[in-house]
Amino acid sequence: MKTLRFRAALLSLAMLAMLVLVWQMATLPVAKSAKVAMDEEYAVLMGKSVSSEQRKVSGFPTPVQFSTLAFKQLSDPFYDRGPNEKGIGIQLAYSLGRVAVGYLIALLVAIPLGFAIGMSPLLYRALDPFIQVLKPISPLAWMPIALYTIKDSSISAIFVIFICSVWPMLINTAFGVAAVRKDWLNVARTLEVSPLRKAFMVVLPAAAPTIITGMRISMGIAWLVIVAAEMLIGGTGIGYFVWNEWNNLSLSNVIFAVLMIGVMGMLLDLLFATLQKKVTYAE
Amino acid sequence: MSDDNFYRPYGTDSTLSGCTCGQHASQQAHDAGAESARMARGQDAEALSRDFVEAAAIRALFPNDNARRRFLKAVGIGAAMAAINSLLPIQAMQAMAEDKPGALEKKNLKIGFIPINCATPLIMADPLGLYKAQGLNVTLQKTAGWALVRDNMLNGELDASHFLAPMPLTISLGLGSNAQPMRVASIQNTNGQAITLALKHKDNRDPRNWKGFKFAIPFEFSMHNFLLRYYLAEHGLDPDRDVQLRVTPPAEMIANLRAGNIDGFLGPDPFNQRAVYDEIGFIHILSKEIWDGHPCCSFGTSQKFIEENPNTFAALYRAILNAAATARDPANRTMIAQTISTPNYLNQPEIVIRQGLTGRFADGLGVVQDDPRRSDFDPMPWYSMATWMLTQLKRWGYIKGDMDFNGIAEQVFLMTDARRQMHELDMREASAEPLSGYKAFSVMGRPFDPTQPKAYLDGFAIKRA
Repeated sequence: MKTLRFRAALLSLAMLAMLVLVWQMATLPVAKSAKVAMDEEYAVLMGKSVSSEQRKVSGFPTPVQFSTLAFKQLSDPFYDRGPNEKGIGIQLAYSLGRVAVGYLIALLVAIPLGFAIGMSPLLYRALDPFIQVLKPISPLAWMPIALYTIKDSSISAIFVIFICSVWPMLINTAFGVAAVRKDWLNVARTLEVSPLRKAFMVVLPAAAPTIITGMRISMGIAWLVIVAAEMLIGGTGIGYFVWNEWNNLSLSNVIFAVLMIGVMGMLLDLLFATLQKKVTYAE
Repeated sequence: MSDDNFYRPYGTDSTLSGCTCGQHASQQAHDAGAESARMARGQDAEALSRDFVEAAAIRALFPNDNARRRFLKAVGIGAAMAAINSLLPIQAMQAMAEDKPGALEKKNLKIGFIPINCATPLIMADPLGLYKAQGLNVTLQKTAGWALVRDNMLNGELDASHFLAPMPLTISLGLGSNAQPMRVASIQNTNGQAITLALKHKDNRDPRNWKGFKFAIPFEFSMHNFLLRYYLAEHGLDPDRDVQLRVTPPAEMIANLRAGNIDGFLGPDPFNQRAVYDEIGFIHILSKEIWDGHPCCSFGTSQKFIEENPNTFAALYRAILNAAATARDPANRTMIAQTISTPNYLNQPEIVIRQGLTGRFADGLGVVQDDPRRSDFDPMPWYSMATWMLTQLKRWGYIKGDMDFNGIAEQVFLMTDARRQMHELDMREASAEPLSGYKAFSVMGRPFDPTQPKAYLDGFAIKRA
């Protein structure tokens, strides 16, 4: 077992090294064949003059350029120089805050409603068409409707997270509750357990693994959605950071933000994976 | 009962029915008292200003004095005052006429902007301390796109904003959104745009050969859209049939030009210069070659904000006009480029912004061009500019049916207010000719007579309506 894990880590590292190598090769400076004679002023204006202090750094960054930038960003993540220039740490905190609020509201709606749907086949069938229609709608499609009706861009972003992350939780909760083994429910009935006690002591623990899976999927979706939503509403957050750097066509910063989004998403997923392990039971 | 009663009802020489209010000995004494109170009020400049505005408003409402008297007699003075007050924002008008400094209704303001050179005056007012000088605490909110500027103005998240010049017109008319009265306080910038083409077209400079081209524009209701359509149509191309126009955010214009998805764009600086700087495009023509002195963006807010915060609006007006004056001076352009290129504002290389502002620029074909009029910041919101935009909206079928172009222009473009604020600031532009506000100009050599918008429209061969 240990050797397997060790070998996997080694393979991962090798892949990373390979990736960096390919990246380095792909971004090698192209040797200009014949140096075109260029007016000095024109060269300055094009950001190509050797003597000028304003030399152009654009296009795809090399691994070295990228790590310098990443180091610079990470060494001072919480600077705040005005409403439109904040460090990556502050931006991530804004995004996490929005995700937390939207996700929490979704949780508060999805779990009780999922329970109700799971316990009642009638409700299940009645609500199913609505859920199926609403589930596949993209966050970008919700945004104009939210902005128009809610009239507040920050709350709109939270609403979009809510509406996109509620479905997996709802469906999984309903499915988990409906799939609780009949034997266990029958035992509860024989013992004349009160309905509330039955829900908390029998159904909830039995459905917990499925519910947590739903929550995990929902968290992944919420984190996907926030980036899109913030690119639209602007102002703050990691999505806005990407948009702002894209507006400057600064690919290094965009790649850095993408990496940050990935790492943060992985951390959130890990959190739920641990939670899932806690509630899993063997039959 | 005693005999010290004020009115002396028991006095033999007193008159109980002396005057209409009962406080004077006779009707003559009553009239004299009322007249002296009226004169005393006349000495008080503020009260007089308020009274004048009110009287002028009532006079506008009842041009015929006899009709006014009959109305007052019929409904009674109290009811008439209440009815008129509910119709006319007399208090707001009075406050606007007084326009005394201080007494700001709202000090913390959120102003939206799009990170392009056009936003220079409203951005520069911040680092230059011009908002502070007027007692305003302004947060400049970088906004992700024009549609969002519109939505955030409609829902009141922004107090005032950087607009594309036609947007307050279209929002007021309800084109592409709910109708809500928006106003243009000042033009942000004039000229400063360009047609940029992909480098592969450097030998294909004649628009007549551009059939099938794909162009990007920043927004439907933009001068960019109108100018590009006009330019193409003057060269015999129908912009709806012979080419494709795509609404694209400026940063994506660059990416699409690089990828070959579009052939060119008519966009705002610094993105024209950015295409040159990134060696993917060249500047075909500056927009000033289509119409020298054309407006591009405007600074404005909603009618509601103006009515509710007349003093704040006036303070904001002064800050913006002062900033525009700074931006107009060519000597300041290098300093401005350094300031607005920072991440908090435009977040672009300084040299790219500087070329757009100073007009000394690399054209992308190996030549350094020099055109000091490449961009300017003339703030005067001429009515005729609005009329021209409305003719183009009509020309391309955005407006159906007939409407009073000049009436709408005078409603949305606050030229009189601009002149008054300029006058207060001792700017000589305050009395720029023509005083009517209908400045004539010509676009690509075709003269535009703002008093004859219909005839102007009829003169176009390519049009929708």
